[in-house]
Amino acid sequence: MTPLRISIVAAVAAVIVLVVVFELIRSRRLQERYALLWLLTGLVIFVLAVWRGLLGWMAGLVGIAYPPSALFVLASIFILIVLLHYSTVISELSERNLALAQRLALLEQELKEIGEARRGDPRS
Amino acid sequence: MSAVADSLQEVHAERIATTPRLAILPALNEEGSVGQVVAEIRAFDPGFEILVIDDGSTDATADEARRAGSRVVRLPYNVGIGGAVQTGYQYARDHGFQIAVQIDGDGQHDPRELKQLLEPIARGTADMVVGSRFLGEQLYRAPFARRLGIRVLSAVVSLIIRQRMTDPTSGFRAVNRKGIVLFADSYPHDYPEAEANVLAARHRLTLVEVPVAMRTRAAGRSSITVVRSLYYMIKVSLALFVSVFRRYPALEDR
Repeated sequence: MTPLRISIVAAVAAVIVLVVVFELIRSRRLQERYALLWLLTGLVIFVLAVWRGLLGWMAGLVGIAYPPSALFVLASIFILIVLLHYSTVISELSERNLALAQRLALLEQELKEIGEARRGDPRS
Repeated sequence: MSAVADSLQEVHAERIATTPRLAILPALNEEGSVGQVVAEIRAFDPGFEILVIDDGSTDATADEARRAGSRVVRLPYNVGIGGAVQTGYQYARDHGFQIAVQIDGDGQHDPRELKQLLEPIARGTADMVVGSRFLGEQLYRAPFARRLGIRVLSAVVSLIIRQRMTDPTSGFRAVNRKGIVLFADSYPHDYPEAEANVLAARHRLTLVEVPVAMRTRAAGRSSITVVRSLYYMIKVSLALFVSVFRRYPALEDR
């Protein structure tokens, strides 16, 4: 069985994560779509911290003798998932950034030519 | 209808006819329908300037829209419906439009219904008018899961804004200058309609729903799948929940 003190600390930590994420969304510093994974992480850790029987059962299932370690393993897995998710987000962002730079350069060139053509035209 | 009501209608029609008004059509790969929608808007009211927001289509959507007589803004890549629509409101804001209507480019919204949508705005009784499929005659039959989802959202949105909203996911709407400025400034990102209603109401804009008939899609496919619907419900619920705890300043007229 997980020591009570560890359960309490884990539960409090999970609640802090949830509150911080909520406040970040509320103040518009975090978009909902990027908050969902964090909220899921916080919720799962909270449930397992409070429902100590479930954590013990899960630890036994995968052969972890000391249930609090299972909590750590699970938290690590979630953090890995969040990181991997961010890697895909960064990839998408860099792709879009490139597309924007290209589009901007092409527009600038076109605008310049239009401007030059106009200056060369005595009627304008 | 009495003669008085008729003449009132005429006054409203005249007021609209002299107001700069923009039709915003978000479109993603709708080459089969966008031209017809543009033509129908022009037939309904030639005074509308029409702006198609091509959200990264890979087909001839932009060409078809231009051919039908619309201006076209092409986004450099797919930014999602929220960002696309907001681009339209920014155009409306920057070019001094007093009324903007939003119509899907896929043909499910009938431009002839714009009459109902514009009436409360012309009368000055609403800042934002939403076309509802569920008011009045029930012609529209959505699949069960979607109906359930809309029901839930409808209850949540109604609760938050303390006003009955029967069709919070409707993207068929009209706004006045206040709504244009608000949405140009801030608009929800993905699956924005339900949140946009809350945003407008919390900023103290007056919302009105009017019954409209909607058609089945003329061409193309809806972008909704099971996984996306689930994500949709979770994301929108979270956003609506958080919105309860936000402060929204009243808008000044700009």
